[in-house]
Amino acid sequence: MSLYKQSLAELRAGLDTREFSARELTEAFLARMGTHDGVLNSFISRTPEAALLAADQADVRIAAGENAPLLGIPYAHKDIFCTQGVRTTCGSKMLGEWVAPYDATVHQRLNAAGAVMLGKTNMDEFAMGSSNENSAFGAVRNPWDHTAVPGGSSGGSAAAVAARLVPWATGTDTGGSIRQPAAYCGVTGIKPTYGRVSRYGMIAYASSLDQGGVLAASAADCAIGLQVIAGHDPRDSTSAAQPVPDYSAYLNQPLAGVRIGVPRQWFTAGLDATVAARIEDALRVFEQQGAIRVDIDLPDAELALAAYYLIAPAEASSNLSRFDGVRFGYRCAEPRDLMDLYERSRSEGFGAEVKRRILIGTYALSAGYYDAFYGRAQRARRQVAENFAAAFAQCDVIAGPVAPTVAFDLGAHASDPATMYLEDIYTIPVNLAGLPGMSIPVGFSGLRPVGMQLIGAPFTEARLLATAHQYQQQTDWHLRVPAAYEEGSL
Amino acid sequence: MSAHSRWEAVIGLEIHAQLATKSKIFSGAATTFGAEPNAQACAVDLGLPGVLPVLNAEAVHMAALFGLAIDAEVALESTFDRKNYFYPDLPKGYQISQLAQPIVNGGQVVITLGEGETAEQKTVRVTRAHLEEDAGKSLHEDFAGMTGIDLNRAGTPLIEIVSEPDMSSAAEAVAYARKVHAIVQYLGICDGNMQEGSFRVDANVSVRPKGQTSLGTRTEVKNVNSFRFLERAILFEIERQIELIEDGGTVQQQTRLYDPDKDETRMMRTKEAADDYRYFPDPDLLPVVIEPATLAIWRDSLPELPDAKARRYQSEYGLTPYDAAVLTSSKETAVYFEQTLGALADRLPDQVADAKLCANWVTGAIAAQLNKTGLAIGDSPVTASSLAQLLVRIVDNTLSNKLAREVFEAMWAGEGEADAIIDARGLKQITDSSAIEALVDAILAKNPDKVAEYRSGKDKLFGFFVGQAMKAAGGKANPQQLNEILQARLGPPGDQA
Repeated sequence: MSLYKQSLAELRAGLDTREFSARELTEAFLARMGTHDGVLNSFISRTPEAALLAADQADVRIAAGENAPLLGIPYAHKDIFCTQGVRTTCGSKMLGEWVAPYDATVHQRLNAAGAVMLGKTNMDEFAMGSSNENSAFGAVRNPWDHTAVPGGSSGGSAAAVAARLVPWATGTDTGGSIRQPAAYCGVTGIKPTYGRVSRYGMIAYASSLDQGGVLAASAADCAIGLQVIAGHDPRDSTSAAQPVPDYSAYLNQPLAGVRIGVPRQWFTAGLDATVAARIEDALRVFEQQGAIRVDIDLPDAELALAAYYLIAPAEASSNLSRFDGVRFGYRCAEPRDLMDLYERSRSEGFGAEVKRRILIGTYALSAGYYDAFYGRAQRARRQVAENFAAAFAQCDVIAGPVAPTVAFDLGAHASDPATMYLEDIYTIPVNLAGLPGMSIPVGFSGLRPVGMQLIGAPFTEARLLATAHQYQQQTDWHLRVPAAYEEGSL
Repeated sequence: MSAHSRWEAVIGLEIHAQLATKSKIFSGAATTFGAEPNAQACAVDLGLPGVLPVLNAEAVHMAALFGLAIDAEVALESTFDRKNYFYPDLPKGYQISQLAQPIVNGGQVVITLGEGETAEQKTVRVTRAHLEEDAGKSLHEDFAGMTGIDLNRAGTPLIEIVSEPDMSSAAEAVAYARKVHAIVQYLGICDGNMQEGSFRVDANVSVRPKGQTSLGTRTEVKNVNSFRFLERAILFEIERQIELIEDGGTVQQQTRLYDPDKDETRMMRTKEAADDYRYFPDPDLLPVVIEPATLAIWRDSLPELPDAKARRYQSEYGLTPYDAAVLTSSKETAVYFEQTLGALADRLPDQVADAKLCANWVTGAIAAQLNKTGLAIGDSPVTASSLAQLLVRIVDNTLSNKLAREVFEAMWAGEGEADAIIDARGLKQITDSSAIEALVDAILAKNPDKVAEYRSGKDKLFGFFVGQAMKAAGGKANPQQLNEILQARLGPPGDQA
């Protein structure tokens, strides 16, 4: 079978049996990247030379008998993780040519594991967006339908995995930025519990919500990627001290007796009928395996959406203050004085959506408005977390839609940010409560994939991955590759 | 103020004390002063994209010690907030500080006012003290048309100590600032160096007619890097405000800078529209939790603090409250005093008498020389053990007080230890009674007429005989013995027998 369709376990076996070398594997994926990424625009930076060097080093380690799961296997980083020697743009003109002098913890772990980075993927600027159209490096196309968006903000990672330009990629998820693009691109994505993956070196959008994770073809592949990047980091005070279980070892946990909670409030008028139908299909697959469907109440999604669009911009307005043209990043030409330096560097360096959120956040934190906006949003956030806690008294895993629709057309929401914000209505509550969530492909609506969301209680990633894996043992949606990206089609 | 006796000043101080941790409050970079610009700023201090703060536990420990020392409530849970504003030496565009839940709430500091017998004590209340990070420095010189930024100081841990407006004069404000300075040094949590900015005092000053209960509009005076300048700046500001109001003007809420060269304050910026710092809880940091058991251990670890030490000096050594306050006013002074006493303890029996003698010398001759030369007591050319050797020679009657002064001056000038100077200069006091008797007899023999006058009732002549005898002795006769022998030889004045 062609290398690009193999699972991480199969690639591992191929490397370990010397069926192919890490260099050959890397060259194969680099070739796909070269062939296809001109259309997709899923990468901001491609690093073939460094990749081949890393592959050669991996081959040396493999020859020495090492067989760590990701050793010699290509991947891509969302361009939000700081990487020494390779620019980290965060999708922004502000950081267009900025090269971090240090590695993110996630990157350090992947380097140590011998994983081979092929490049850094496109994203909505500073992870703000649900379509990847807010990138200073251009929009990304959805591999399943080039007229559709890939979702966002990890749109480049989702598109690259869907087109099998890389076996897997990192992503980050603040309000749905792994799950929604995974759904739109028909791949599997996991956003772990807040604190499970270190945020050190992951450029902050909204610190209390940001969480790194994995996009890959399957839950089994997500388990392998997450295993390497998860774990406590003393450099991130919000990082969790809990030990990381062996995710792959849990994958074969049977579904029999597992209670799948289905929120009534999520299957209402706002949800596209085809998306709802595909999710019902998937739920039946769970039930056929012995899972028990439990209809549950999960109110306040609109409240969560409103709270998110105050809390996230508030934190962002502060997090993005450091981009002031003084020490790094974009600086306007010929500043007249300090105020001019600040105003023009930020006006010229940031895109429209980033500016919009900085303004919203600045307003929400202003004296006299703090209690009415930020304070109330925090209370709503606690309410959302309590709602989930109550729901998990009745079920083990919550299942529902990732987004109200399948991928929309490029440009469809360009003039209407509020409609775009509605894309996140099912994903945002999960971030507010800090819970782990997944997106798995469960079919299509026309050309465009449908994703189903799985949500767990804190630190139940193993349970979520096993649930997804059991489903994927019965279905093949996750194995499908868009026709234009099949090797035979070239 | 005497010319303005119908006015009263109201003063509160905000003190920023740099904590003497080895590394910064949220990063592992060193905090040493004076390194090459930006040599001690790591990725976290530079506010690079993606970095995160990790709280230095020692900074928490030190802040808690301060709270315990001033009898404040140390919060078992406190939180960090972001104070947002743009400035080039503030790398992240926000300062991590504590607004809503500071680590130290309340507390008080007792100050001593006046001198000697009339000294009085007053309690100044502390509102709060909180942890925060220092900013970097903007360097406006050396860069034509531009500003240089040195971020070595960025992230240095501070406690900001906010007082209630309990002080009503520059002298009280200085006494309070000195006392806080002493406390942080006793605790070993701040090096107290005002020149290097380790201990910075901002004064909020307002005036109001005596008897008025509401406060006048205040100004905040900054850039005061010595206690003397603090006093000058507040005095100037009080005068300025009174004159302004008496001339029909009104005080504007402003931040003012003190200019030591011109001895005046001048406006830095107005605060008419209060700055909006958009404080909110820092999502990168967890609440600071101190276990009650830990706090109890810290409380037990507190060193003897100035007030307790002063009480002990009074009860153990019988020192006056004023002397005790002066000797404990700085850790260095107390250490010097106790080292001197310690060196004396082996050699002299009467601890209380020695302590009083020692106190007199430390608060007298030593203080005067330090004052004159501007040296700190730790840098005194006469060390504690050297002073002790001198005091031994006073107690054993080798030296009179007068000779001791001379020896001390020589010691200060670097001529060596007391005994060496005594030998070299032949300053040993004459305590041999027969030698003094011989001297006295010679004087009396030389001045029969004066002896007669004395005996006829002119008792003031006693001083003449003392002077003559002392002169003949080269100033070295033991004064007490000389007195006794003279009295014995002359008999009571007016005694014609």
